[in-house]
Amino acid sequence: MFRLALKMLYGDRAKYLMLICGLSFCSLLMTQQASVFCGLMLWTTATLRNVQVPVWVADAKVEQVNEVVPMRDVEVQRVRSVPGVQWAVPLYWSILQARLPDGSFQPVQLTGLDGASLVGRPGKMRVGRVEDLRLPGAVIVDQVAIAKFLKKGIQLRVGSTFEINDHEARVVGICEADRSFLGQPYVYTTYNRALEFAPPQRKQLSFVLVQPAPGHPPSEVAARISELRGLRAFTAAEFFDQTLWWYVKNTGIPISFGTVVLLGVVVGVAVAGQTFYLFVHENLRFMAALKAMGARTSTLAGMVLLQALTVGFIGYGLGVGLAAWFGNAVLKGGEPPFYLPWQVLAFSGGIILFICCFSAAIGMLKILRAEPAMVFK
Amino acid sequence: MNPGSDFPAASGENPDLGTSSSWAVRAEGVVKTFGRGDAQVQALKGASIDARCGELLMIVGPSGCGKTTFLSVICGTLGFESGRIEVFGSDLRKMSTAEVTRFRGQNVGFIFQQFNLVPHWDVLENVSVPLLLSGVKRSRAEAAAAAILEEVGLGKRLKSSPRELSGGQQQRVAIARALVHQPRLIICDEPTAALDAVTGRKVLELLRSVACDRERCVIVVTHDSRIFEFADRIAEMEDGLVRKVHGRGEYHAQYV
Repeated sequence: MFRLALKMLYGDRAKYLMLICGLSFCSLLMTQQASVFCGLMLWTTATLRNVQVPVWVADAKVEQVNEVVPMRDVEVQRVRSVPGVQWAVPLYWSILQARLPDGSFQPVQLTGLDGASLVGRPGKMRVGRVEDLRLPGAVIVDQVAIAKFLKKGIQLRVGSTFEINDHEARVVGICEADRSFLGQPYVYTTYNRALEFAPPQRKQLSFVLVQPAPGHPPSEVAARISELRGLRAFTAAEFFDQTLWWYVKNTGIPISFGTVVLLGVVVGVAVAGQTFYLFVHENLRFMAALKAMGARTSTLAGMVLLQALTVGFIGYGLGVGLAAWFGNAVLKGGEPPFYLPWQVLAFSGGIILFICCFSAAIGMLKILRAEPAMVFK
Repeated sequence: MNPGSDFPAASGENPDLGTSSSWAVRAEGVVKTFGRGDAQVQALKGASIDARCGELLMIVGPSGCGKTTFLSVICGTLGFESGRIEVFGSDLRKMSTAEVTRFRGQNVGFIFQQFNLVPHWDVLENVSVPLLLSGVKRSRAEAAAAAILEEVGLGKRLKSSPRELSGGQQQRVAIARALVHQPRLIICDEPTAALDAVTGRKVLELLRSVACDRERCVIVVTHDSRIFEFADRIAEMEDGLVRKVHGRGEYHAQYV
């Protein structure tokens, strides 16, 4: 009977296509928007992936990684004095203007690493060596810098130069880094050189990067450091969560994307629910005839559920496929963020499943209420 | 079977048609009401009828007299308030809804006025449905369906859509569907209403030839006086009651 149920579904082509289109659109909208949201959220924590250390120390007022409240350099020494700290190094992190050879400006994310240890170094180098950062005026740029400079007609390569705050920066390497929330290219240099590049101010230390000693969990070390007056320490995981929640609570991003996702759900429920209801309504006479001929309610319910799940499965597949294609083909080389983790697939799949079950439930209710005797009317 | 049934003999009983052991349907004092309050309508006001195995019983009467309601109640597709209905000795009131459904699936074949063939299924699939519903494997169900379709003269239209068939052919498919699972009771609701006179007669001839045997009872609700001659007995209904049951040819001679 289930084969015949599918034949009944495929036979009504107009409604079948309408159901597929409605659910595909719903699935596409939810998956694509949720992926862009995830991409944006991922951008907000890019620094935590680009500079990988177990414990971050910042000013006590700092709430997330993209917020910098400069500290005194002496804070590095204070952190080093905390029991359980194996080592602690300074990090400079700020947005500065780079002046290109043609005179135009490009904001860059200047990241100053401890010159001795180069802790926080880029994870993957395309060209050059990280150690060359110790050369005079040396900087390493990421792939975003290459793309951004290229848009302005400048081909950045090892040996190229540009200026930051009237200081010459010479490219000694090209790395790969996760892009930042604001999209500025990462420019790595040493901490001391970063202070030379940066406009002078009384406090210039952005973060202290900490490695706990063996046997001391990062959370325990972070808690001890936080007891120091004016400092706040986070484990990398805490800082990640804190940053995400800060953006969720303090920006309109979740509301904006949530509204579109909700719209997708409403469209899905309305289109699929109504079309499926019409489909069942038009076939009610045949269902009642089957009921009269001895079809059990569970058989009819199974037929309706199978029909709903079939259109749901196809619609979901098409929607997710389109979203993935959109992410890959349209956004790959562009600016917008796109990140499609399995959780987004599970989320949109769950919503589509809910819509299908809801639609099937309406249909089943109608069939349950139908007297088999209606076939005689 | 219910050989010891305590039902009284119905009016118009034809002793030639068998003994009480061959009762197919025995209905007595059936009351069915639709609606509530001011909108309440009593469609059956104590209708009684008997139908035997081996006979073709027609139920006739003016529109709104309760023919179709009575038919629906007899075959267990509609509940009723009071009275008693036994079908092959089984008391429908004593069965649960699921039991009535199973009973219908095993014992009742349906032929509807509007055929009710699913247009998206081919002829073979439409006919094999009663067997599939009772759990028969698809290959066996389709073999049985093909055999019965051959019998009704549609052996070459197995893969046709019902939409490609004429009204007469569709009703033949419906007859095949009603018979494929070898039910003992065939219920027909206005089987010729959507057909022209010649096709209607052919359908009834076919129905008599393939459906009527000693083990089976056919009950036909109809308005169509052109097919009265095919009946063994005709029950005349009026105002929710069976007023009179006529023997073979009596009604035809009297009214047509």
